[in-house]
Amino acid sequence: MYQNYSTNDFRFISLLKFKQMQKTYYDPADLKKFGKISEWNEELGKKFFDYYGKVFEEGALTEREKSLIALAVAHTIQCPYCIDAYTGDGLQRGITKEEMMEALHVAAAIRGGASLVHGVQMMNKVNKLDM
Amino acid sequence: MITKSLHKRESELANSKRQLEILSNSIFKSGDLPMFASKIAETNQFPLKARKLEILQINVGYMCNQVCEHCHVDAGPDRKEIMTKETMLQCLEVIKKTKSHTLDLTGGAPEMNPNFRWFVDEASKVGIKDFIVRSNLTIMKANKKFADLPEFFKSHNVHVVSSMPHWTRGKTDKQRGTGVFDQSIEALRDLNAIGYGMPDSNLRLDLVYNPSGAFLPGSQSSLEKDFKKTLLEDFNIHFHNLFAITNLPVSRFLDYLIASDNYEDYMYNLVEAYNPAAVENVMCTNTLSVSWDGYLYDCDFNQMLQLPVNSKAKHISEYNEELLFNRDIVISQHCYGCTAGAGSSCQGSVA
Repeated sequence: MYQNYSTNDFRFISLLKFKQMQKTYYDPADLKKFGKISEWNEELGKKFFDYYGKVFEEGALTEREKSLIALAVAHTIQCPYCIDAYTGDGLQRGITKEEMMEALHVAAAIRGGASLVHGVQMMNKVNKLDM
Repeated sequence: MITKSLHKRESELANSKRQLEILSNSIFKSGDLPMFASKIAETNQFPLKARKLEILQINVGYMCNQVCEHCHVDAGPDRKEIMTKETMLQCLEVIKKTKSHTLDLTGGAPEMNPNFRWFVDEASKVGIKDFIVRSNLTIMKANKKFADLPEFFKSHNVHVVSSMPHWTRGKTDKQRGTGVFDQSIEALRDLNAIGYGMPDSNLRLDLVYNPSGAFLPGSQSSLEKDFKKTLLEDFNIHFHNLFAITNLPVSRFLDYLIASDNYEDYMYNLVEAYNPAAVENVMCTNTLSVSWDGYLYDCDFNQMLQLPVNSKAKHISEYNEELLFNRDIVISQHCYGCTAGAGSSCQGSVA
């Protein structure tokens, strides 16, 4: 079917494909490739993943508690990969959707509170400047 | 919530050939994911071979009082496949001569077979070390005639293995049907009341957990801890062990995966979690599954996919432990379900 296409046509098709690939910054399939970051710097990559694995081991906090913290933080930093990963992780651990949503509200409350608490700065400034 | 089996609905997926086609097409045919045979060949584990028979699992029929969303048997009240007394007699002959240490009765709801009690009476006389009945719990509350099942199990020292997908009502009922959680709790209380599942009791009561969706089970020991804590605190219920089982892409779970657009991701997850150590102990290497009509399979999943044993002995009437020993296990891509993560079997994790 391609015999009637010119070289320019192929260049155009290649460009189209490239543009299609670039249509979003996030691809869910990329999460599976996370480990590949070590390929460009093995030493630091290894250190990071060793650290990461150790952090999530049971310690003073249970793995379950750590999973819920990770889910809340994932939403705070709005990381789509982390949201996918820790929603799945929570389900695997038997964490309920009610528990997940409560954890998110903790994140939302701190995030909202962080904006609102700066209101004190605004009030101080107004009180100082306003007659 | 579904109320009819795939068979009753005349679904395309009621056909095991169609299921096998799906399991070998798309992502596997294109080479995006390796076929199970080539995956286990990477670690020199192909062909999988049957070792010494330890567990004889008999499926006494596909009839069930529940219609669970994930059921690989496609069981339900509308399934009429029930083991006859004649086939049970053939099974008893084998139970008498087998060297296996575990007899495992399953279904459907095995208790719904009209000859179930007679069969348990006869089989328990042989004195097999571990005599399991897989009960869905709600059957004990379904009809007055089943209410004395706990006492019946106790009188035969049956090891009860019961399904319990979560410690909350919401998740349990979503998978298994409205009211299942409350009925299961009542049945567990009845079992505890006569000694089943109590600490230090010889009356064994284990629970089976399987995920209520398109995800893999977490750590069996962590889940067991959570189940024990919550069931004790909220309902004063005791049990011995929890078996975490992975849902295999067979029958209604396969139907669910496809309908919810989760099939490809789920298969990727299974393949990604592939664990060669789990292959070493996968249940088909020490188990034989007998269907309601007496045919032999490497496991209950192969039974549902109509993949019979690769042996001259195909039927319980032709049973021959020597012929079945060292047979090549029949595999397809659903087998990834038993080799993911810590592995999965009717006895829970294997690695």
